[in-house]
Amino acid sequence: MTDRGSRIALPARAPASARRTPVQRFALLLSRTWAWLFLALMVLFFVASVPLASGGAVNFLTIRNSQNILVAIIPVLLLGLGQTFVIIAAGIDLSVGWVMSLGSVLSALALRWAFNGGAPLFPAVLIGLIAGVGGAAAVGFINGAIIAKLKVPAFIVTLGTSFIVRGVAYLMSENTTVIGLPADIRAYGNDALFYYIHGEGGGLYFLHRPEVSGDLLRRMDTILPYPVLAAACVVAYAMFLLGKTQFGRHTYAIGGSMEAAVRTGIPVDRHIIKLYVLSASSAGIAGFLSTLRFTAGSAVIGDPLLLSSIAAVIIGGVSLFGGAGTVIGTVIGALIIAVLTTGLVMLNVEAFWQFIVVGTVVIVAVLIDQSRDLITGGDRGGPAA
Amino acid sequence: MTRPLLSVRNMTKRFGGLVAVDNVSWDVNPGEVVGLLGDNGAGKSTLIKCISGVYHAEEGEIFFAGERVRLAHPIDARRIGIETIYQDLALANNLDVGANIFLGREVKKRYLGGLIQTLDNKAMLRESRQTLDALKIQFPTLTQPIETLSGGQRQAVAIARAVYWDAKLMIMDEPTNNLGVPEQKKVLELIRRLRDQGVPVILITHILPDVFAATDRLIVMHRGRKVAEKVTAETNTEELVQYMVGARDDANAGVDAPPG
Repeated sequence: MTDRGSRIALPARAPASARRTPVQRFALLLSRTWAWLFLALMVLFFVASVPLASGGAVNFLTIRNSQNILVAIIPVLLLGLGQTFVIIAAGIDLSVGWVMSLGSVLSALALRWAFNGGAPLFPAVLIGLIAGVGGAAAVGFINGAIIAKLKVPAFIVTLGTSFIVRGVAYLMSENTTVIGLPADIRAYGNDALFYYIHGEGGGLYFLHRPEVSGDLLRRMDTILPYPVLAAACVVAYAMFLLGKTQFGRHTYAIGGSMEAAVRTGIPVDRHIIKLYVLSASSAGIAGFLSTLRFTAGSAVIGDPLLLSSIAAVIIGGVSLFGGAGTVIGTVIGALIIAVLTTGLVMLNVEAFWQFIVVGTVVIVAVLIDQSRDLITGGDRGGPAA
Repeated sequence: MTRPLLSVRNMTKRFGGLVAVDNVSWDVNPGEVVGLLGDNGAGKSTLIKCISGVYHAEEGEIFFAGERVRLAHPIDARRIGIETIYQDLALANNLDVGANIFLGREVKKRYLGGLIQTLDNKAMLRESRQTLDALKIQFPTLTQPIETLSGGQRQAVAIARAVYWDAKLMIMDEPTNNLGVPEQKKVLELIRRLRDQGVPVILITHILPDVFAATDRLIVMHRGRKVAEKVTAETNTEELVQYMVGARDDANAGVDAPPG
């Protein structure tokens, strides 16, 4: 038996959870789970409204549409995943958009070079992957080294490299789409684990794209395309890395208190370099996948995605001050953006409204995040703490 | 007389023409809390930074557990068991108690011959709980981010971390600053408990009630010099204030016995 009477029971400054009122507890729960709820409500809204708007001709929650959404979020998600790590460590990577472009161009060039040089298809694709991700990682290393060793703010360094990489990507692609890739790589970027043909003469096919045309082709859905599986693997790895490993713990620690991280002997400089290599590499993977998907390398593919990826990260609950956030949050954030844009298109809302809605969601997300502090009365280790 | 754990001999530290620490000698014995007093700019922080490896003193020697040591870097000091807890505590407020105690030295589970390594949060939580229990520190929960803890509780986490990593000498810089009165008492209690468990503490402070509440012996500094060395029970507030403002000065305020 421990003698509880003689213990030092230090009084907590913030009210203990037991002393919160039911209303406070509910508000706290809501603020933590709102992204899931919002996603669910949004899906319900589109499920109800899309058939209404189309007179029953179109449904929102079909196999085809769900797969379209999954394919659509891949680049935003991959850019956002690396960004999640960087922002949790209180950094920012503005270069990922153009790094993705560089990854696309490099992988296309390398793949074409290898294939034209006589390499079989699979090794050629592998060479494309190595070139795309390797080139991107090199940019990440430069970003990280300048930020960690020369102490230049991440915002400025990655802004600078973003311009540099943009120039390099255009130069390497000679300001045009990199074409002439073997047509068969289309399978890598578009084929799927399952195919399902609805109705008469149809069925479920596994790992094998049925050779059909006309009406049957129109009734065929692809389920779990390879790029979606690849992205799922990256998501799983990111969740493991951030949530289960020392690397993840140190990422949170650096974002929570750089000073504490340094003083407790965490190799902070090396860790920061690794973070930017990670961020650039996942952008490189995004570029590589887009090359497979479009059978072409493009220097313009990544740029428009940068801000969407940061929006996904923010909606997912990553604090821009560092120290807080999850991988699954970013996945939800990316899903919210994709469901919103797809749903609005299906409602025939003019495309520009997408931007207005996404922007509003970003701001609301941050407001909800801040309101949590009002509820708990705690600080979150931000600059105001 | 017991052999001192820490023995500083004729330490001098200059910054350009300014003599921040002027030929100071002092000892810390096992099982005592030594107060280091002085007004702002008296040189107490500089003296401590020389002992914790942040600064390198031009002259003088440091003996730790009877052996002469050279402390070129804070890590050197920590390696031999000198732990310094600064006012900012070096804690990551977004992480929980266990994560903070093991920050930078995480316990890992190994799979596939070390190819895959994950954090062993259970083991870290268990060890943290044991350390806190040994220090008789009680928290409502160990699994919440420590930003939800009070200043005193965070102080306790920092102390527990040092204890867990086998601190042999604890240096604490104004630990009761920014704390409410009840919490100040708890922290001072914790300092005495550390001493009772065999970890001597150097308590840097200019708050006299703290000195009388927690220290066994004290050193007063003024303008870089050691002007007094007293047994706490044999002095009083008035006398200490006179030393601190420079109105009194024990010219031969030296340590009697050499180390060893």
